[in-house]
Amino acid sequence: MFDFAVVTEWVDGLLRSWLPESWAVLAEFFLIGLCLLLAYAVIALVLILAERKVCAYFQCRLGPNRVGPWGLTQSVADMFKMLIKELIQVRHVDNFLFNLAPYIVIISSVLAFGCIPYAKGLEIIDFNVGIFFLLAVSSIGIVGILLAGWSSNNKYSLIGAMRSGAQMISYELSIGLSILTMVVFSGSMQLSTIVESQADGWFLFRGHIPAFIAFIVYLIAGTAETNRGPFDLPEADSELTAGYHTEYSGMHFGFFYLAEFLNMFIVASVAATLFLGGWMPLHIPGWEGFNAAMDWIPSIFWFIGKVAVMIFIIMWFKWTFPRLRIDQLLRLEWKYLLPLNLCNLLLMVIVVVFNLHF
Amino acid sequence: MAMSNSFTRYISSFWKGLWSLLKGMRRTIIIFFRKKTTECYPENRATLVISDRFRGELVMPHDENNQHKCVACGICEMNCPNDSIHIESEMVEDENGKKTKVLRRYNYDLGSCLFCQLCVRGCPHGAIEFRNTFEHAVFTREKLVKQLNREGSTVVKKR
Repeated sequence: MFDFAVVTEWVDGLLRSWLPESWAVLAEFFLIGLCLLLAYAVIALVLILAERKVCAYFQCRLGPNRVGPWGLTQSVADMFKMLIKELIQVRHVDNFLFNLAPYIVIISSVLAFGCIPYAKGLEIIDFNVGIFFLLAVSSIGIVGILLAGWSSNNKYSLIGAMRSGAQMISYELSIGLSILTMVVFSGSMQLSTIVESQADGWFLFRGHIPAFIAFIVYLIAGTAETNRGPFDLPEADSELTAGYHTEYSGMHFGFFYLAEFLNMFIVASVAATLFLGGWMPLHIPGWEGFNAAMDWIPSIFWFIGKVAVMIFIIMWFKWTFPRLRIDQLLRLEWKYLLPLNLCNLLLMVIVVVFNLHF
Repeated sequence: MAMSNSFTRYISSFWKGLWSLLKGMRRTIIIFFRKKTTECYPENRATLVISDRFRGELVMPHDENNQHKCVACGICEMNCPNDSIHIESEMVEDENGKKTKVLRRYNYDLGSCLFCQLCVRGCPHGAIEFRNTFEHAVFTREKLVKQLNREGSTVVKKR
């Protein structure tokens, strides 16, 4: 299998041969940041198009099909529209916080984006508490959302932000516990180790029942965490208008929008990494020919494919289920998912202690 | 007892909810792969099917001898709620000294027509009808005023 470390080491060597040590490191920071932001923007555009297409197909429509072949450049056109729109200065808002909030949201999502192992040798932030770091930085986003609602000086924004905060903090528990279940199983928090240890079978299959329950719970909680339907309570057109980003316009609104889509990508890729083996090809112990054939497919395609499947499932949720009321939402978390998760964690511990897994 | 009741309700509501959600997901994925209803309009012009009963515009059919059936009685003009139809007619005396009303111009304003079909219903000779053509966009309203009888056309003689 192709190891992307070859490319990164070649770039590293090249820079070091030209520049002194510290400058080379600085240049690498810039390069990585640039690549990351570029990938971030491109993935967001692809996701926005995918969302519109999938939504249309679920409603027996074709979706965008006028701009470019099969509507492929529709979201690029939308991006340019968003970029050249005016940033409206709203009076009576807390200006500093109001302008800060979208950046907090986007920074937390970019930080989480940087933790994901994309392919063999293509990991940006990889250290021994990787998944913990990812959880921590992705929850900074809540602060941005609460700030946006608070600083807007608008009751709808504030209620929307409060709802969003209540929802995200509640579902953070489920996400944390289901990730914890998998950490118990893998025995490591380092994302690269987690992926490597799935070489002879993905955790979803090796951990059987508890892993499967954790997977389902993670999917539900992840959908809620990204404020997507059926959990899109912060945005309620009839009661709260657009929720916490009611007062935002132009690119500041665009940041919230991008972060929302990228959070979906991050949730999907964490699910792929923890349960479906990340970039690791499908290996069945004993089938040497089959494993070799699977290894032939580049690891980046395995990762993208798994993430695409996860994203499709999340979109499928959105276009199937009716929206929940706020009390139903919180009841689902505290009365169903949390007890289930705790029992599941115990079950996983038993499975690991008595070596009942494959 | 009550305790165990509420606990069984808790458990059963969980499974029931899960089952109904899965049923919903099955339904939507069937719809996802179903044929789409969107018409890609300008591209599918050749294969576009418009119902014959669709009222696109009023026309006066002419036969191969450039003859129509309109006797200029004016019932359609009187029936029209929007004054979209204006008939110009004249009295013509034939060789036997019999006077008949003859149609000169049948003016129809597509722009003010509301496609109620009262003109077609009221016509005693079936001289006018609605066509299912629908591409009527023009740049000025004057172009929407049409003369329905062709140049030099005459009325079909009764035998």
